[in-house]
Amino acid sequence: MNAPATSGPASVPALLARNVAQHGSKPAYREKEFGIWQSWTWVQVAEQIDALAAGFLTLGADPGDHIAITGRNRPALYWAMVAAQKAGCVPVPLYADAAAEEIAYALDHCGARFVVAGDQEQVDKIADVRDQLSALDHVIYLDGRGLRKYDHSQMTSYADLQEAGRKADVMDEIAVRTDALGPDDKCVMLYTSGTTGRPKGVVLSNYNVIETSKNSAEFDDLRPGDEVLAYLPIAWVGDFIFSIGQAMWTGFCVNCPESADTMQTDLREIGPTYYFAPPRVFEQQLTNVMIRMEDAGRLKKWLFDRYMAVGRDIGPKLLDGEPVSVLDRFRYRMADWLVIGPLKNTLGLSRVRVGYTAGEAIGPEIFDFYRALGINLKQLYGQTEATVFITQQPDGEVRSDTVGVPSPGVELKIADSGEVFYRSPGVFVEYYKNADSTASTKDAEGWVATGDAGFIEDDTGHLRIIDRAKDVGKMASGALFAPKYVENKLKFYPDILEAVVFGADRDYCTAFINIDLTAVGNWAERNNIAYSSYQELSQHPRVLDTIQAHVAEVNKSVAADPMLAGCQVHRFLVLHKELDADDGEMTRTRKVRRRIVEEKFADLIAALYGEANEIYTETEVTYEDGRRGKITATLDLRDAQVAPAQRVAAE
Amino acid sequence: MLDQTTVTADGRTIGGVLMDMRGITLRFGGVEAIKDISFDIREGEIRAIIGPNGAGKSSMLNVISGFYHPQDGEVWFRGERRPAMKPYQVARLGIARTFQNIALFEGMTVLDNIMTGRLTQMKSGMLAQAIWRGKAEKEEVANREKVEQIIDFLEIQAIRKTPVGRLPYGLKKRVELARALAAEPKLLLLDEPMAGMNVEEKEDMSRFILDVNDEFGTTIALIEHDMGVVMDISDRVVVMDYGRKIGDGTPDEVRGNQEVIDAYLGVAHD
Repeated sequence: MNAPATSGPASVPALLARNVAQHGSKPAYREKEFGIWQSWTWVQVAEQIDALAAGFLTLGADPGDHIAITGRNRPALYWAMVAAQKAGCVPVPLYADAAAEEIAYALDHCGARFVVAGDQEQVDKIADVRDQLSALDHVIYLDGRGLRKYDHSQMTSYADLQEAGRKADVMDEIAVRTDALGPDDKCVMLYTSGTTGRPKGVVLSNYNVIETSKNSAEFDDLRPGDEVLAYLPIAWVGDFIFSIGQAMWTGFCVNCPESADTMQTDLREIGPTYYFAPPRVFEQQLTNVMIRMEDAGRLKKWLFDRYMAVGRDIGPKLLDGEPVSVLDRFRYRMADWLVIGPLKNTLGLSRVRVGYTAGEAIGPEIFDFYRALGINLKQLYGQTEATVFITQQPDGEVRSDTVGVPSPGVELKIADSGEVFYRSPGVFVEYYKNADSTASTKDAEGWVATGDAGFIEDDTGHLRIIDRAKDVGKMASGALFAPKYVENKLKFYPDILEAVVFGADRDYCTAFINIDLTAVGNWAERNNIAYSSYQELSQHPRVLDTIQAHVAEVNKSVAADPMLAGCQVHRFLVLHKELDADDGEMTRTRKVRRRIVEEKFADLIAALYGEANEIYTETEVTYEDGRRGKITATLDLRDAQVAPAQRVAAE
Repeated sequence: MLDQTTVTADGRTIGGVLMDMRGITLRFGGVEAIKDISFDIREGEIRAIIGPNGAGKSSMLNVISGFYHPQDGEVWFRGERRPAMKPYQVARLGIARTFQNIALFEGMTVLDNIMTGRLTQMKSGMLAQAIWRGKAEKEEVANREKVEQIIDFLEIQAIRKTPVGRLPYGLKKRVELARALAAEPKLLLLDEPMAGMNVEEKEDMSRFILDVNDEFGTTIALIEHDMGVVMDISDRVVVMDYGRKIGDGTPDEVRGNQEVIDAYLGVAHD
């Protein structure tokens, strides 16, 4: 299938050339290093990319080769992606925190000949699995620390490779390869995190990336001079679109933090104007603010409460452009001066013009909090196969329970089963070496199944997502079972980090709950409750009481919806460990892998549907360095109060 | 034979003798803390001094650092006999150390603490520093750059501006290491760098010690309690017991030494 021409340059390298011509001396990438923000202009970036592309050629890279890139967010790794494209190759960004076997799978599947690795940690992981990878030719590393005594016969430092590239006479060849790139050519391949089964390599074309970047940039009026902080995994499609796609399209500046730990400080120093964070980050920030306010003095606490109330009242109206009286404007100005402004500054969100969240449902009170601060926080709905954008909320139409209207160029339809389908310029080319999956996901007319069940609101045209289509099921009684709906309600409590609800083909629903150590730990400290471990705190009777109360409240609100009243949680337990990606219980983007949780904790589920009041269990855990251990615990099983289903008003 | 360079199995080069302790005896009144001990430290190696409590390890480290002056014996450094010196003079020779009980300025930030490690490199006087123009300013910038490299190396960027008093123990130890490194020492003395740490912190610290040695070629002499860690990271080990040297050699040699086993595990009495 031939894609239509893009509405501008046909490839990312072509966009780069345009930016060099138009914005040459403006900053393109920044990174904090040695305590100082180092910046590179578009001209400098282009030189760096050319040198690396030439370096790839000196290693013998051929057009169509896959070049894997892994590490934390650093400008040099983003340049490696564009350099790969200039050399006619396809960049394949991988998750930096993936385990060695996950990396091995991806490298083997795409047959990568070269890997650009951030540091020793990544190089070591690749070294562990190297003998399984016959195609792997050469590893290029960025930070040489600790690598001095490694065998360098098939390893080169990034800077050395660039130097070799600068000396080689290959720029003509690079120009030929770059000019040959058209809209149909592969721009990037991204492995989906995969809540089920093996990850799949999603191939996106230049047309997909450029057209989507253009549409979404225009939707939110992104422009040169905007600033983003690149801190999400480089292997995630969103980061690719924000830090490469949209950055190249609009010519805004991408800032990389000094290290993962300094993200909050760096955020404050940069003050991004365009900011994306998963709900979890916003939740965490809000929890931290609330905990600190609990510790604040009386006056501060009073000021905070009083002016946040003003903010909640007026902030969203101002954002939505509704009429606001002069007096209210004045009150908001006061609030802004005394509380909101300084708070926003502390959070690093003073300059945010466009903020997005996606990936999971976000609690209404979290949403309201940021909107009260005057932060234009919106939701979008997307997936890798769509090059991110399926729906997004326009300015002035922002709500916590919808995911917005179709993005420009996107068509939506809802199947009879309730599953959402879309068709757009961003629709992926194929799953690499997996024609079956491609065929079952994308039909001949280009409609793609999202795997999510939802509906479009009649009056507003906004899409609402209920749950993963395959997770929506029936209970033994025939009532609708939508676990995510209930889990989200549970997760809106700051005490609850994660919840997993069971009940398909059962008589009643049960739940696993993970407490949030920050929130519950702080509460414990405040109430003089001593604990020595996560496990002990999680089983503390008073913690269980609190959670029990939360579950009862959720039941009450679930009961209010006649369709979903059957999903009330009858029994629950609080898990003795956090669900963790290292143990395979979650994806790297922190979504629960329901089936694996079900298998792994089968004994606990059986107990929830049994009579006992407690259960002894042993669980295998994987530590960060890959070693395994075992933890044992005796867990309390508790009943929760169930509300009667509300009947249609009787006469 | 000692002067020739050798290359270790992992590819590091170990040079000639950097420091030679010859027949050191140290007495406090009637107590002999160190009894006629001789050993050497070669350039580029990680040299451990181990032994049970009260064996005289810390005393030995204090002799190396010039804080104690032995009654008998000679300390040779880089082929010259070192006369009795004040600790700051020893520091200028290129010997830096960390302490068993952390000795940082609790109220100052991590950055400022590490900057104090650059003191021996600073030439401008107090007045010039106060006015902070021209040379003094340039000097400060150059020193700060060096310190930032160390901060990056030890991965403590996130606590750069945090007062040391607010840090957990493991991080304080790392800051102490950073301050010692800031002096760009030829010889780095570590007094129980892993004391009181949990397994993970110990692993981190071991990695940093190895990386320092590998990256900067710094010679390291360390005292440690924890046999496991020491055997893993050091090239050669001196074992002390009651002020005497009871073993000296590679970790494997030391491990097989009966006297060492007895000192550490005790002798069965049945």
